[in-house]
Amino acid sequence: MKKLFAQAYIWVLLVLLYAPIVFIAIFSFTEARTLGNWTGFSIELYKHIFSGGVNGGASLMAAIKNTLVIALVAATFSTLLGTVSAIGIYNLKGRKKKTIQFLNNIPMINPDVITGVSLFLLFVFLHFSQGYLTVILAHISFCTPYVVLSVMPKLGQMNPNIYEAALDLGATPSQALRKVLIPQLRPGMLSGFILAFTMSLDDFAVTFFTRGTIGLETLSTYIYADARKGGLTPELRPLMTLIFTIILILLVIMNVRQAKTNKK
Amino acid sequence: MGDQNNYIIDIEHLSKSFGDNQVLKDISLYIRKGEFVTLLGPSGCGKTTLLRMIAGFLQPDEGTIMMEWDSKGGKTEFRDVAGIPPHQRPLNTVFQRYALFPHLDVYDNIAFGLKLHGVPKDEIDTRVRKVLKLVSMSDYEDRDVESLSGGQQQRVAIARAIVNRPKVLLLDEPLAALDLKMRQDMQLELKEMHQKLGITFIYVTHDQSEALTLSDTVVVMNEGKIQQIGTPTDIYNEPVNSFVADFIGESNILNGTMVHDRKVNFIGHDFECVDEGFGENNPVDVVIRPEDVYLGYELEGAQFSGTVKSCVFKGVHYEMYVDTDSGNELQIQDYDAFEPGRTVQMLIHPDDIQVMKKERVENVIDCKVIDETHIEMFGEEFECKPIHSTGSGSVESGTQAKAHIQFSKVDLMDHEEEGNESGEVWFILYKGNHYHLTVKTESGEYVYVDTNDIWDKGDLVGIKILPEDITVETADEQEK
Repeated sequence: MKKLFAQAYIWVLLVLLYAPIVFIAIFSFTEARTLGNWTGFSIELYKHIFSGGVNGGASLMAAIKNTLVIALVAATFSTLLGTVSAIGIYNLKGRKKKTIQFLNNIPMINPDVITGVSLFLLFVFLHFSQGYLTVILAHISFCTPYVVLSVMPKLGQMNPNIYEAALDLGATPSQALRKVLIPQLRPGMLSGFILAFTMSLDDFAVTFFTRGTIGLETLSTYIYADARKGGLTPELRPLMTLIFTIILILLVIMNVRQAKTNKK
Repeated sequence: MGDQNNYIIDIEHLSKSFGDNQVLKDISLYIRKGEFVTLLGPSGCGKTTLLRMIAGFLQPDEGTIMMEWDSKGGKTEFRDVAGIPPHQRPLNTVFQRYALFPHLDVYDNIAFGLKLHGVPKDEIDTRVRKVLKLVSMSDYEDRDVESLSGGQQQRVAIARAIVNRPKVLLLDEPLAALDLKMRQDMQLELKEMHQKLGITFIYVTHDQSEALTLSDTVVVMNEGKIQQIGTPTDIYNEPVNSFVADFIGESNILNGTMVHDRKVNFIGHDFECVDEGFGENNPVDVVIRPEDVYLGYELEGAQFSGTVKSCVFKGVHYEMYVDTDSGNELQIQDYDAFEPGRTVQMLIHPDDIQVMKKERVENVIDCKVIDETHIEMFGEEFECKPIHSTGSGSVESGTQAKAHIQFSKVDLMDHEEEGNESGEVWFILYKGNHYHLTVKTESGEYVYVDTNDIWDKGDLVGIKILPEDITVETADEQEK
């Protein structure tokens, strides 16, 4: 009986967690304009996305493109920056190390709205004209701590002598970094990259405050604006379903890789 | 210095500190071509720091390291390697815990150095095969290094270093992570490899038996200083101080008095010995190896007698503790067993007695005068015997002085708060009828204590010294 309760509990929890996503996914297969009406199964909406036949399709496509470009650039830079920082932090000693690790954690706990507003004020103060560049800079700044956090454990697992061993065998410091250190850290860097990519992808608050007034839209700001304009455009339902599916697949790949390396 | 052509490394006056902690103090040492040199000492003695400086991972604060060097013109010279990074030095290191590259297989690990130096592919192939054969790992080329056992990984680490044909091979406790049997096998193999390759080995270990087995020359280190340099036989038979005697093998270290040349008094008896030049009636330390005391129920020419306290079989010999007639305890090894409780007679041959100069006869500690009866020592205030104001004037506050305290007048307390100062038991020497302890104070200075109480290394203690036992000597008294 006790076991049954435990089982039921977990299922109720899972249903509550996933119901909204499942709901969107189901209603992406019908053409009804208002969400919640079922007018028969159809994949028309999916076709619309890929043929570009959406209301204001061009601006939606531009938003998707912007989102991907920003996410890719931000994730790449924060992976580089985060990895270098992690190596630096790892080589610090005692109190300094603890302090910097603590400082690295603060931006992750800090509410997005506050990060967004403070970056906005900073850019205004510096007379930075806001647009693409400021959004990318802002994304790099909040993604980097996540990369640091995913690279640090890899450094901890590493034999501390292997960098020196490479130097000893005739590698210059940069060769030792490329040929020995980076290959060791690669799994951590990859999960850091994916984490940064998804963080950037779904960010709303920071983007909203740092994009300025040039009309730059990412997917999240586009959907926000669209929803306020009198109901969600129906084509966004299949789009969200697709994004969710892609993220899910990435997550599964990461976990499988992790399991494989652990087995080794 | 005439022999300098034969040197491969010459180290002069090397010092190194990490923060306030001086780990190497004025180290001078030369290493001959083809020699197997071991740096031996307890953990924290500075041996690994010295090795890392030779490899180039650390820069000395003071002093120079000279090394044989092949310059571009094909000439061999002897040069100062200060500032030259590790990857340009003609040395290779075998690291503690191997430090193999986990993302490369055995072959690529070994070929790593050769590839960096742009050695042609077919030459890499032959050289890697050759060293794999040398370390008996021929069939393991394609294996993932993490799938190998500890001993096999160690072989790969050695192969990875020697394939580059370094002038000097540095080994940092390479066998420490292996089990005993494996370690003994590897010791023999290393020795054989050294003979076959003919290159210089510098080996770091804290295991004295390993050092004695492997080396041509042993460098015994403690507290950042070289204690003794010599062949294994020299170090074992003629230790220069009580630290070396205690650290290498088993020994009885006893307080003695040099009566005159060739005659020394200890455990209440006069003994003939072979040592000269210690003066007359001077205090000395005497070392007797446990196997050098001859035992018998009735022994012709016996010098003293005692009672057997315990007798334990140790495989080849029996180990006994004997209380002598003068109340000292001796550790003795013999092929025959003697019954506990029985009286035995004992004899020591003159050349088995090793006499050493005492490093110190009392504590001499730098201090600062506060007033006539108070000084500042170890950063704390101590009451002392009234300080004599000598000729020139009164005892001024702030004067630098030295406090003299006898070893037996320092009391150690169980609780740190009970003493005037707290410290940690750093080193213990049993002297037959008492313990001679080295205690490191919180302020980082050393106090030496004679006691009958049993303490363990690492015990935290309170240090208590009575005012009447502190004799202060001011600077102008010393000048006289």
